[in-house]
This record gives sequence, structure tokens and C-alpha cells, in this order.
Amino acid sequence: MNPMLILPIVIPLITALALVLSGWNGRKAAWLALIGALAHFAVNISLLLGVVNGGIQATYLGDWSAPYGITLVADNLAAALVAVTGLMGTTVCLFGIRDNLDESCGRGFFPLFHLLLMGVTGAFLAGDIFNLYVWFEVMLIASFILLAKGGSRIELIASVKYVTMNLVSSAIFLAGIGLLYAKTGTLNMADLALKLNENPDARLVLSSGAFFLTAFGIKAAVFPVYFWLPASYHAPPTAVAAIFSGLLTKVGVYALMRTFTLIFTQDQEFVTDLLLVVAGLTMVMGVLGAVSQNDIRRILSFHIISQIGYMIMGLALMSPLAIAGAVFYLIHHIIVKTNLFLIGGIIAYHGNGSYELKRLGGLFRHQAWLAVLFLIPAMSLAGFPPLSGFFSKFVLIKAGIEAQSWWIVAVALMVSVLTLVSMSKIWNEAFWKPRAEEKGDGATPVGFWMPACILASVTLGIGLNPGPLFEFSQETAAQLLNSERYIRAVLGEVVP
Amino acid sequence: MKASYLLEIATRRLTPLLLLFSLWALLRGHNAPGGGFIGGLMAASAFGFYSISFGPTATRAYLRVDPFMLIGTGVATSLFSGLLAWFFGKPFLTGLWTKLDWAGGLKLGTPLLFDVGVYLTVIGVTVSLLLHLEED
Repeated sequence: MNPMLILPIVIPLITALALVLSGWNGRKAAWLALIGALAHFAVNISLLLGVVNGGIQATYLGDWSAPYGITLVADNLAAALVAVTGLMGTTVCLFGIRDNLDESCGRGFFPLFHLLLMGVTGAFLAGDIFNLYVWFEVMLIASFILLAKGGSRIELIASVKYVTMNLVSSAIFLAGIGLLYAKTGTLNMADLALKLNENPDARLVLSSGAFFLTAFGIKAAVFPVYFWLPASYHAPPTAVAAIFSGLLTKVGVYALMRTFTLIFTQDQEFVTDLLLVVAGLTMVMGVLGAVSQNDIRRILSFHIISQIGYMIMGLALMSPLAIAGAVFYLIHHIIVKTNLFLIGGIIAYHGNGSYELKRLGGLFRHQAWLAVLFLIPAMSLAGFPPLSGFFSKFVLIKAGIEAQSWWIVAVALMVSVLTLVSMSKIWNEAFWKPRAEEKGDGATPVGFWMPACILASVTLGIGLNPGPLFEFSQETAAQLLNSERYIRAVLGEVVP
Repeated sequence: MKASYLLEIATRRLTPLLLLFSLWALLRGHNAPGGGFIGGLMAASAFGFYSISFGPTATRAYLRVDPFMLIGTGVATSLFSGLLAWFFGKPFLTGLWTKLDWAGGLKLGTPLLFDVGVYLTVIGVTVSLLLHLEED
């Protein structure tokens, strides 16, 4: 069998256990956590290479073959997201070391961080719909404790909102799973796809699809259930907010892409029409929220929502080009968004710990390099050529024009302009305008700028040479839209 | 606060019994109702009794190990039982069995080790929750 599929889940667990059992904290714990994150990243990259060269891979835990046992599957989409998760884990861990989170937010930051990585990786690799639910819970528990750990009033309020909304989502998800299981008698996603293809059941697909759509919609923070996100992401320390913003909502998007390309593929018109409307409203509401805010982290939180809209738009259009665009967007967005949150943390470091735009200023004069560092992900988010955001938006808009959905194309373009408006607002207020109070001219610590530089250079790299990633996204889209390959990889020769 | 005298006497007698019973439930779990989870809850209820009668500080002393460490050890034991299959070229979590002839053909396997891990984790989680609630 294939241990490459298990290592990405086991390594963060081993790291977390080593951190707990050693009883270390401070410096030593931080270095151990970084070594664990690097090992995770290395294993994830080799998994991605294995999938790119050898096709979809599957493994069966405990030697119980599919569809009875627990299956782990890595196709292009899952492997790519797992690899990006490894990169995020490493860079955010690096940032967390300098931020001294293990001391400022109590013992246990690094073990929980690794458990969160384990949950995210597990969710991407799960080949079984109930297993996906379990990984969602692992992720939810780890992220809830990380959010509430600081114990301040604002953090507790945020975590109550966060956990309530996510528990509702989990309950709905579980109800959908129950419905599917009662009707088909299987939980394995490949087997479900096969059974529903053989015996089409429009009512079952629509009803359980509605449950899944709602549950994953809450996780992904789409209109009209996005309100928990800006209510909670502004509270935790920078590193925690950065990893949340990069990965958590994207697991919801991943789950939507997986289930609606693999399982719920019949009578899709109603669902895709609905998704398209949801995508448009998510983009608009998110960006309007962002424009109205005056706190860096709140602006960035609202931008997560509006960007999720673009990915849903790609899924809703359901053409090979659109799905490729959504995959490209997903990968680009994780990197850029995490980076913006990290840079937001650096801005606050130079501004006496304040994220309020009113109290910031003059950073361009004192920290010119930081300004350059900020411009790369910010302009990429707004979609300026030649950065990664331009190509992802370009592909999606081209797909929209091909599908002749003119209104969504218009909305996407308008939202792009508004994104630029709010990015230039941060630029004007934090960097350009003269500062109100004289403070914070010191150099930026290496532990802060290094992770931001790594992520910015990845963004630049994708932007200057988008070919390989775009070809990979097209291959991924072909895999997603032709589910036979996935089913064959999981169930072997059972497929007729 | 002084708990009742009756409760103290009863706890002193009951705690060892409950712990023994929880071990029995753990060991019979493979083929009959029982197992690590329910056994762990029984053991945790023994420590719960103890802390109602004698207070959380005495319970920590009675438990001897930090419940937090118990969680870590438990998860590590379960993980190890799964990884063991790798050394024999089997997929993660595959059950491995040996037959002990000198013990009357007793079958021992990694699922039991996994259950021991669950047992320790459940005790650790439940006891640390109980003690934290009592201490605050």
C-alpha cells in the first residue's frame, strides 16, 4: 500500500504529541514545531509529485478495502491543496516563533497548530464522506481552542460566534450524510457516485445536496451565511488569523467542489444556477463590507468572503475552463491571503500593535521595503498583471464570457475594482499619509519578514510564469469533471 | 468544605473497585460489550468520586501523573499500535495478532493496544475537565 498518503496526516500528529509529551515550551518547542512543519511540507510535496507523475492514488486503512474501510484518496486537487497547506504551515509557524505565541497565548499553541494542520490535511485526503465530517470536527476543535486561548473578552466573543455557526453547519452536514447513507447504504464517495449514476434518484440528490450545500456554504462563508467570519477573524493573534484565513474557509470550498463534481452530478442546472447567484452576491457583499471597514484585519476578513465568491463562480459555471480557473484561484488565494494577514501583523508591529487605519501612517517613509512587500499580495488580490491574481481572474472571466453569463462577468469586474479601492485605502492610510504619533521606526525582525518574503516570492513566481500552474489546473479540472478516473482509482476493477 | 463522612468511607472502598471494574471492561471489549472508551469513562468516574470527597488537590496526588500527560500518552499509544503494522509491511492500522500458547492459547493483538490508548486518553480528558471545573 501507499504510506505517502498517511504520512501527511501522521506527521503533524507526531509533532503535536512530541510537543505535549516533551513538556517543552518557549524556544525549544518552537524549533521542534518548525522541524515538524518542514517535514510535513516535504512529505506533502513528494505526495504531489507522486500524484502528478503517477495519477490518482488511494490507500485503505487497516487493509479493509473500499467501499467498506476508511479510504484516503489523493487526486490532483487534494494533493495540490495538501502541498499548499504544508507551505502555509511552515511559513506561519516561522512567523509564530518570532511572535512568541507559545508564551503570549499560553502553553499549547504549537501542538494545537499542528493538530489544525492534521485536520485540514485529513479533510483534503478523506475519500469517505463521514471521514470528511470527522476531519471537519478535528479542525473545528483545534481552531476553536486556538481562537479562545488568549482569553480576552474580544477573543471569547469571537469564538462563541465562530463555534456556534460551525456547530450548526456540522449538524446540517451530518443530517445530509444520514440521508445519503439511509438511501444508498454507502459512505465512500466513489461508491456513492457509482451508485447514484446507476440508479439516478433526483429527489435524493436534491435533498441531500441541499444539506451539503448549506453546511459547506457556512464553512466556506458564502452569502447569506458569511457573517460569522468577519465577527471572529479579527480577534486572534496574527499567526492564528493568518492560518485560519488561508485554510479554513478553503476546506469548505474544497468540499463543495468535491461533492458537486463527484456525487451530485445529476439535474445540476438548478444547483449551478443557485450557486451562480450565491457567488455573485458573495462577491458583492464581501467587497462592500471591506470598503466600509477601517481596521486592517476586518478589511482583509471581508475580502476573504468576496474572494470565495470567485471560486464559487468557477464551480457554478462548471465548464473545464471555469473549474481550472477556480482551482488556480484557490491556490493563488491561499498564498496571498495568508501573506496579507502576516503583513497586517507586521504593520501593526510598527504601529504600536494597532490595526486601526486612523492610528497608522508614514510607513512608506520609514519602512519602504515593507511597502513593497505589501504591494505584491495586495495588487495580486486586486488582480493586477503580472501577478497571480490577474491570471486567475482572467481565466474565470473568460469562462464567464464563454458561458455567456454576462451579469456575473460584470459583477466580477466591478468587484475587482472595489477590491483595488480598499487595498489602496490601506496603502493610503498606513503607508502614505504622515503618521499621527512618532513611534516604531525600528527594523522589522527577520522572523517577521522572512515568511512574508517567501510567500510574496511564490506569488511573484506564479505571476511571472503562470503556465505550469495553469496547465496543472486544467488537468485537475479534467480529472474533476470526468469522475470515472477517481472512481476507478478508489474501487479498482469493480467499475464496469 | 468538608464532605460527608459516609461519602469518604464509601469512596475509599469504591474507588479501587471501580478502577478494577474499568480494567475488566477494557479487556473484555474486543468480543463483548466494553472497550477502551467505556472503561475509560468508568475509571474517570472513580477519580470523579474521589475529587468530590477529597477535593481536586488530593485527586491530583492520587492520580500521580498529570492528566494532560495521560492524554498525550494515550494518543501516542494508539498511534503506535497503528504504526506497528508498517513494520510488517501492512497498511496503517491493520490489526496484528499473536497467539500465546503458554497462556492457554490467549490471542493478543494491536487492537487491544489501540484500546489501551483510548482508555488512557478518555481518562485524561475527562479527569482534566473535572479537575479544571472544580479548581476554578
